[in-house]
Amino acid sequence: MSQNLVDIKNLKLSFFTAAGEVKALNDVSIQMKQGDVLGIVGESGSGKSVTAYSLMGLVPHPGKIIGGSIAFDGHYINEMSEKELRILRGNKLSIIFQDPMTSLNPVYTIGNQIEEVILLHATKSKKIASKRALDLLNLVGINEPRRRLKQYPHELSGGMRQRVMIAIALACEPKLLIADEPTTALDVTIQAQILELMGELRKKIGMSIIMITHDLGVVANMCEKIAVMYAGKIVEYGTADEIFYNPKHEYTKGLLLSIPKISATKHEKLIPIDGTPVDMLMPPKGCPFAPRCASCMKICLKEMPPYTDINEDHYSACWLLQKAAYDTITNGVAR
Amino acid sequence: MSKLIEVKNLKQYFPAASNSLFNKRFLKAVDDVSFSINRGETLGLVGESGCGKTTTGKSIVRLHEPTSGSIHYDGKDITNVNMLPYRRKMQIVFQDPYASLNPRMAVSDIVGEAIDIHKLASNNKDRKAKIISMLERVGLNSEHANRFPHEFSGGQRQRIGIARSLAVDPEFIVCDEPVSALDVSIQAQIINMFEELQEDLGLTYLFIAHDLSVVKHISNRIGVMYLGKLVELAESYELTFHSLHPYTKSLISSIPEPDPKKSRLQQRIMLEGDVPSPLNPPSGCHFRTRCQYATKICAEQEPTFTEISSGHFVACHHCCD
Repeated sequence: MSQNLVDIKNLKLSFFTAAGEVKALNDVSIQMKQGDVLGIVGESGSGKSVTAYSLMGLVPHPGKIIGGSIAFDGHYINEMSEKELRILRGNKLSIIFQDPMTSLNPVYTIGNQIEEVILLHATKSKKIASKRALDLLNLVGINEPRRRLKQYPHELSGGMRQRVMIAIALACEPKLLIADEPTTALDVTIQAQILELMGELRKKIGMSIIMITHDLGVVANMCEKIAVMYAGKIVEYGTADEIFYNPKHEYTKGLLLSIPKISATKHEKLIPIDGTPVDMLMPPKGCPFAPRCASCMKICLKEMPPYTDINEDHYSACWLLQKAAYDTITNGVAR
Repeated sequence: MSKLIEVKNLKQYFPAASNSLFNKRFLKAVDDVSFSINRGETLGLVGESGCGKTTTGKSIVRLHEPTSGSIHYDGKDITNVNMLPYRRKMQIVFQDPYASLNPRMAVSDIVGEAIDIHKLASNNKDRKAKIISMLERVGLNSEHANRFPHEFSGGQRQRIGIARSLAVDPEFIVCDEPVSALDVSIQAQIINMFEELQEDLGLTYLFIAHDLSVVKHISNRIGVMYLGKLVELAESYELTFHSLHPYTKSLISSIPEPDPKKSRLQQRIMLEGDVPSPLNPPSGCHFRTRCQYATKICAEQEPTFTEISSGHFVACHHCCD
């Protein structure tokens, strides 16, 4: 069976703000199979979080889906009622938010918050729920789990809270876990622990993960497929190796050149991407990256480039690729 | 090479809520830290949140009054002097470009304020020319002078913050996480600008950040802090490739390499647990609770910060075993 677990097709989502329409997502399509780990990389405001939230049916207030469809495991998320969504959320579909400091409820104990999910979806028995909560804390590697169950979020450190968030997300063994910058607020040594934990749990439970981050190191470490987003559009999609060793979009290339590497053995000047991120209220007419692109052509300023397939699993939206394809065809004909 | 900054046994304690009336407790944010910065070099300071790196930076420019220890600038003790003349020479760029600029002041006034305080301009025309030359220096232009901070993106705001610190012609700048609030594609722009300014103006930097890859890129030497202590200090390549302290080793191995093939092969040294509370640090070596090599002596005796090889300092009982 080759049914996709996640099938987002031509999703368009806009925020209708007082200052005007902000096209947060512009024709975003994502397919994922059971067990895939997808990384979504992009700068702030590129639409990576909004994509993931819309998959959860969580479109923040002035936002509206204006086109396309979102399917998860055969359910059409954008057509479901709030009641139907609740059965799915936390059960088959879970999310970990960026900031573990604010995503736990400060007035309930850790145990209470984990049991809540289990009681909602899995069982009616409080006894089973609290045993499961204990198992979960063990699973995510929290020491003294019995004591922790009775503690409140403020008594735990950032890394511990993020582990609790993961425990809550995994409570019902979801098919898909969305991790929205799960380690951005944490220190590197703690980040390494959390990433290791997520990798292990993925093998154990066999779930799919969508990893949203701006850190290229994290995606290189975790993900098999990577989608690079810029100004509400997926500009390049491919396997991790293709994206890192054979990038085709000028933005992806620029990103890879602009980060300092710890393993570099001599000082090389970084090559920054010029200009500033797009003003989403007034996006440029053609390719959104054109104003910052060093090899910008006339057509880039006029029209949005279509996707060019580089191989089966790798595509990118850039006019240069279209031009290269066109050149090979015409040269071939001329010969 | 002459030492521009010398920090000797710097201690910065903050009073903390105590459990009894007579028993005062202190949070030892920086505890007995000594190092020096040579003229024209960049010293990087790394460590996890709460390790005291920012406090060290702020104490050097005396935004905190040190509890004890001394700070020397160009050979002169500045621990207890009027700072006004030194403020011209020592400046700071803050982490958050959204919070460090006054939203009600135009850019020209933000940059101009420093010029006014130190009376660096003889007349209005001169002042304006100075402001514009500062803005141009950081890649902005005269059009930006009359705008307000909210009209700029994060990267541009950080440029304004840098222009403000450059306005008084300093010799030394403390850069407190200047790029961590910025998008990846903008970080490189700002890092390159810091490097260019150093070449052109002969500046000396104390570059504080938690991102070791950034610090390694920009610094000549790097100091690693853990729970208020300096645990290792060495030339940057020496530190990244031949680190001796177990904490530094695990810090370096924890950085996810943006390279999938290397990343798959990467051997991580995992640290157990979390950083202990700085209110109640472990006895002896502060790192021993998370250290796989810890023995009895680590709990009993605090390791001294010793020079193992030329310019490479470590505080560890077992680094040479």
